[in-house]
Amino acid sequence: MSNILEVKQVVKQYGDYTALNEVSLTIPQGSIYGLLGPNGAGKTSLIRIINQITMPDSGAVFLDGEPLNPSHVQAIGYMPEERGLYKTMRVGEQCLYLAQLKGLSKAEAKRELDYWFDRLEIQGWWNKKIQELSKGMAQKIQFVVTVLHKPKLLILDEPFSGFDPVNANLIKDEIIELNKKGTSVIFSTHRMESVEEMCDHIALIHKSNKLIEGKLTDVKKQYRTNDYEVGILTNNVEGLMYDLSQKFTLSPTDFKSLHDELKLQINLGTATPNELLNTLIQRGQVTHFVEKIPSVNDIFIKTVSEK
Amino acid sequence: MSKISLIIKREFVAKVRNKSFIVMTFLSPLLFVAIGVFVGYLSTMKADQKTIAIHDESGMFVREFKSDDEFKYVDFTSIDTKVLKDSIINESYEGLLLIPKEIAKDSLSNKIQYISNDSPSVMFVEDLENVINTKLTQENYTKAGLNVNAIQNAESKVSISLAKASGEAALKGLNEIKIAIGGAFGYLIMMFIVIYGNMVMRSVIEEKVSRIIEVIISSVKPFQLMMGKIIGTSLAGILQFLIWALLGLTAMFVLSSVFGIQMGASSGVNAEAVQAAQQEMGGSLALYIKELWNLPIATILISFILYFIGGYFLYSSFYASIGAAVDNETDSQQFLLPIIMPLILGVYIGFFTVINDPHGTVATTFSMIPLTSPIVMMMRIPFGVPLWQIAVSLILLYGTFFLVVWFASKIYRVGILMYGKKPTWKELYKWSKY
Repeated sequence: MSNILEVKQVVKQYGDYTALNEVSLTIPQGSIYGLLGPNGAGKTSLIRIINQITMPDSGAVFLDGEPLNPSHVQAIGYMPEERGLYKTMRVGEQCLYLAQLKGLSKAEAKRELDYWFDRLEIQGWWNKKIQELSKGMAQKIQFVVTVLHKPKLLILDEPFSGFDPVNANLIKDEIIELNKKGTSVIFSTHRMESVEEMCDHIALIHKSNKLIEGKLTDVKKQYRTNDYEVGILTNNVEGLMYDLSQKFTLSPTDFKSLHDELKLQINLGTATPNELLNTLIQRGQVTHFVEKIPSVNDIFIKTVSEK
Repeated sequence: MSKISLIIKREFVAKVRNKSFIVMTFLSPLLFVAIGVFVGYLSTMKADQKTIAIHDESGMFVREFKSDDEFKYVDFTSIDTKVLKDSIINESYEGLLLIPKEIAKDSLSNKIQYISNDSPSVMFVEDLENVINTKLTQENYTKAGLNVNAIQNAESKVSISLAKASGEAALKGLNEIKIAIGGAFGYLIMMFIVIYGNMVMRSVIEEKVSRIIEVIISSVKPFQLMMGKIIGTSLAGILQFLIWALLGLTAMFVLSSVFGIQMGASSGVNAEAVQAAQQEMGGSLALYIKELWNLPIATILISFILYFIGGYFLYSSFYASIGAAVDNETDSQQFLLPIIMPLILGVYIGFFTVINDPHGTVATTFSMIPLTSPIVMMMRIPFGVPLWQIAVSLILLYGTFFLVVWFASKIYRVGILMYGKKPTWKELYKWSKY
């Protein structure tokens, strides 16, 4: 699989402040890539460099294997965190203008607009001014403007902030649909639920440095703690606890279940899951046996607080 | 269509469609005419005639005061001064001039009094003094045994006629006409800069406030956006000026055709007198017109265009970077002052220094300094400026212009993405180095 975007050792400084410290990223073609990090980590600085709004002090960015150049503007659709539209301009004119700035001809832009206005069922808005629209409506227009020129790479900075749940869902579905058709997507966010749900790759940036990068499943494997959640029905709780504590580290836990069983979180240490299962089976009936996979949120908090 | 022309077009259309633009374009000439008519009407209104009482115990001066539209002099020498003073307090008269009997020349000059409730204007007091002085001087001549008539005949009144080294006749008052022409162009440049520079600034702030700026500069270079904005706005301004010029010409044409016919009709009664007057005036009028044609009209127009473009672009890139640096118009005040100052300075130097000494050190210096040269040089050109001076001044202006645009675009580039804090001058300087 080729890479849609490669960021190589990018450094960006503002005066004495280093916003990006030799950050490298690899974003595979067709992926939905989560760029994570707390506020002020350097995400927006990096995104602005990818969009050629600012230039890196050193390092390079490659889009589809080519070093970034002005013609790449058309290949990228960018929805910034600080976003808006001309308030007094009419919706149709505004969309045409912004699409033409991205390099579309007027006729192409018109055709694409018709498609999107139909799809989002907003045909009647053409002659409305933005200031006459509700915030949710304006956000739909903002999304249309971002994807109108059929970008290969979609960069969305905090895409769901400010969207109401209905619109957020609608936009999410549209993004997934575009991704299925081959558009690569970069999500920049500090909201983990959407990452967990949509992303297949993630990178974590903290204090200007990249800390983690990779496939979501690989990252999770890397951060697995060998903790298992166990539920067991037994008559001899003390005996079981004794057996277990010989080999494993135990801690109480809670999860929803139908039984009134003993619930434990067990760290395997160096042992295998089967060894644990063997011990459990000898003492009672196992009702629940699940590996505790770290959530992105857990990884995020763990990594950020460690540094 | 290239991106910058797209931006120019959008800015132009956005400005021209704006309601305030339409209102300004068509209402302000009306307002202008209305003010003119109003001022004209006010100046035709005559002030009430004021009565001045004169109590002249010497009897020498009272007949020297001649009443006119403004002042009526009444001889009240026979009435007691105390009564007269009371009537002044009762405001029966505007003022009372008291001249004592004693006319021992020097001493008298300190004893004459003017009594009034409101303090009189300096001009009026001078007029009174003149009348008394003239009379006294004549008396003194007589006493000294001099013939007053002989002295009056001996007084000469020279009027120096002006001519140029090239041998052409020159005219008095031409300087005023020249400064009026130069001033009009200079003032036009200043007004355009202030009005449309501000518009550029507002439009930058609008993009910041509506948060569309980042969407746009992900498609175009900030420099393209800034230049597109400046050019688009200036085109809207030029359109406005063209409309005004067209309206003005139409109005002049209509007025002259309507009133021209009327004048012809009424002058039929006294055609001969009018013709005579016209011939007499025609001589000097023709000379004036000839003189006006002798002005470097081509130079004036070409330099106007060059200074207009250079000055406007120089200042509006300042305005653009200020707009980028602030979040709202109120914050822009502290940065605007240094911009307005040189403009005002230019106009003042033009109207006070250039008219007195068009080629003096002050006028020449300020017509070289890029921030004031568009205004000051435009005012100097009708007086005849060596071409090399214009060339140097233009080179300086355009050199500075490129420097400023470069600097301003750096501030602009950083500023448009900065929110929330009001920057200081120091920070602006720092931005220029990012």
